[in-house]
Amino acid sequence: MKITTEAGERHVLAITVDNEAGVLAKITGLFTARGYNIESLTVADISSDHALSRITIVTNGPPPIIDQIIAQLDRLVPVHRVVDLNDAGEAHVEREIALVKVAGTGDKRIEALRMADVFRAKVVDTTLSSFIFEITGTSDKVDRFIALMRECGLVEVGRTGVVAIARGPEAL
Amino acid sequence: MTEMSGADMVVQALVDLGVDTVFGYPGGAVLPIYDALYKHPTIKHILVRHEQAATHAAEGYARSTGKPGVVLVTSGPGATNAVTGITDALLDSIPMVVLTGQVPTTLIGTDAFQECDTVGITRHCTKHNYLVMDPDRLGPIMHEAFHIATHGRPGPVVIDIPKNVQVATGTYSVPEFIQHNSYRPQVEPDADAIAQAIDMIAAAERPIFYTGGGVINAGPDASAALRQLVSLTGAPITSTLMGLGAFPADDPKWLGMLGMHGTYESNMAMNRADLIIAVGARFDDRVTGRLDAFAPEAKKIHIDIDRSSINKIVPVDLAVVGDAGRALDALIAAWQAKGHKARDLGEWWRRIDGWRATRCLDFPEKKEPDADIMPQRAVKALFDATRGRDPIITTEVGQHQMWAAQHFGFSAPNRWLTSGGLGTMGYGFPAAVGAQIATPNRLVICIAGEASLQMNIQEMGTVSQYRLPVKIFILNNEWMGMVRQWQELTYESRYSNSYSDSLPDFVKLADAYGWTGLRIDTLGQLEEGIAKMIDTPGPVIVDCRVAKLANCFPMIPSGAAHTDMILQPSDVTGTMDDEAKALV
Ligand SMILES: Cc1ncc(C[n+]2csc(CCOP(=O)(O)OP(=O)(O)O)c2C)c(N)n1
Ligand SMILES: [Mg+2]
Repeated sequence: MKITTEAGERHVLAITVDNEAGVLAKITGLFTARGYNIESLTVADISSDHALSRITIVTNGPPPIIDQIIAQLDRLVPVHRVVDLNDAGEAHVEREIALVKVAGTGDKRIEALRMADVFRAKVVDTTLSSFIFEITGTSDKVDRFIALMRECGLVEVGRTGVVAIARGPEAL
Repeated sequence: MTEMSGADMVVQALVDLGVDTVFGYPGGAVLPIYDALYKHPTIKHILVRHEQAATHAAEGYARSTGKPGVVLVTSGPGATNAVTGITDALLDSIPMVVLTGQVPTTLIGTDAFQECDTVGITRHCTKHNYLVMDPDRLGPIMHEAFHIATHGRPGPVVIDIPKNVQVATGTYSVPEFIQHNSYRPQVEPDADAIAQAIDMIAAAERPIFYTGGGVINAGPDASAALRQLVSLTGAPITSTLMGLGAFPADDPKWLGMLGMHGTYESNMAMNRADLIIAVGARFDDRVTGRLDAFAPEAKKIHIDIDRSSINKIVPVDLAVVGDAGRALDALIAAWQAKGHKARDLGEWWRRIDGWRATRCLDFPEKKEPDADIMPQRAVKALFDATRGRDPIITTEVGQHQMWAAQHFGFSAPNRWLTSGGLGTMGYGFPAAVGAQIATPNRLVICIAGEASLQMNIQEMGTVSQYRLPVKIFILNNEWMGMVRQWQELTYESRYSNSYSDSLPDFVKLADAYGWTGLRIDTLGQLEEGIAKMIDTPGPVIVDCRVAKLANCFPMIPSGAAHTDMILQPSDVTGTMDDEAKALV
């Protein structure tokens, strides 16, 4: 007997929650307990009184499962709102930041700097034998930059995961 | 606003919330609360013999009254022992508040004596939980916890209270009006959805109501509304295990329970219906059977208070989010406003009568007085003997549970207490204790299996202490019958560890605890034995010996469709493929 799984589509969910202990564990635990995927997750306090946090989760699943994920999140007591930024009509902007450390001297070092320029990555630290680049963009762009840096002495990467927000004047 | 200790606040909040009973067990981390409860004038504390039993007793209390059950246990082992009952309450949507002691805030995280991460452990088996770090928060949290446990889809809420928070003083405050800032379940159904539902019901040629525990949770008025709507539409009705009692079993429109051990007529009617009206039921796998063959011809309306139940397993055509009772009221009002008349469903009923004619609940039996008692017969005899007494029936888990569901007729809600979602052996007896505490003058009977009963049998002491007249009626087949039945179906009768060896003498055990013990061995003794059980004041345990190898039919084997029911033992083949074996 084989165990099969269904193919899915990528969705970005913006979730506002009470900023209190255990909320993140509750949400990530819901994903593990029900077998949903988390591709990336970011969270930070977003209100002036520190009462609310915004969590951005990139997940993956067939449409009925995405609906389930939203309904399951929505019924958690500390969750205020769940918005699927991939819903029809919900055009949105996604960004991710990566810090990318590259070590090396000579041609590789020059090549790294040139490509960073093409990608509009900023140099945020340098030694005689290394750079740290800061790159901002969609996950795709960050992926491509990191892939190129592999050829130029990549030694370390830190990524934030995706934050996203819907286009237009309205708030979530 | 009054200054008092945290422990006093807990007790004050219980009083303010109208709590009269707490099921619990003391320990170091809850001693301040126990002291605050000492000789309390209105709150009765029921001392159980194991914390799991406290949770099931609270469930029994809640299920028989509609009020939330309250549990008080200590930190560490007290809390972990409560986890099974908390999970049980989550799966069956039972309102419950569990207060757990915790080590002082200064010691949290140090592996202190009897420390466990209670909020971590219970995070995913509660509807919500709290760790209270500040005594000033106790009042608002207690009130909010009861609100959450009882509003929307009910469920268990844990409040973990460190010992220093119980001892410290603070200000007790009661929120005037609880409007949780993020938890606001939709109770009122959408009017458009109701209008659409009515049109679908009026147009259906083969409608069926499929109802569940949500109707019971919505209160007795919801059951009354259900009866009215069924009678207005003239449609047949079936229910899940959790929904029994919402609709009277002696009504001709009642088809019996559906699902794995449901009746042939209800499963066939679900399969052939052109419209299913699901009310407070969640298309559980015990109910649907093989999903791709589930109700292929039916449009589906799903009424549920929990949006996440809708389209979870079975995609539906119309979703109505709201309280079952409100939705049923709205449907009745809309039906009458539109002047609908019950349609002629004669053809549909003729087909149903055809399925009924299989008499799927009949069972083979010998009638001589010295014959073995068929377990189904024992349940029927118990039902007959208690008619008119309006008993509360609880069950353990196994064949006896299914036989009770099939052969005991319920005609009112809150009379049938069973562990449906989690299927917890050890639930039934403590649940009976809770129900008996809640309704001291009612006849409360636990229909038990000899194996399940032993999972919380220590509660005989609790019953003796509080002089509760609980009756335990054991269908003793000397087997974990349900396990044995699956081994016969799937593993060519290799009975791996399913024999109930080394059973105690239940009559002597009764004696040891100061109960009355009775034994019934043959069919001839059955009626008299049951009568004696009912007429004996105080707690009684009946060791009713039943046919050892009887199996529970009809049955939809795992992975099969509603139309592939096993109706009798001779249909059993004894093997299954791996796909079917992998299903529970
Ligand atoms: C706590 C727990 N452990 C194991 C099971 C699996 N299980 C389901 S029914 C059953 C046998 C029950 O035997 P008994 O109580 O004698 O009831 P019978 O089926 O014989 O009527 C078992 C072991 C369960 N449901 N709950
Ligand atoms: Mg048994």
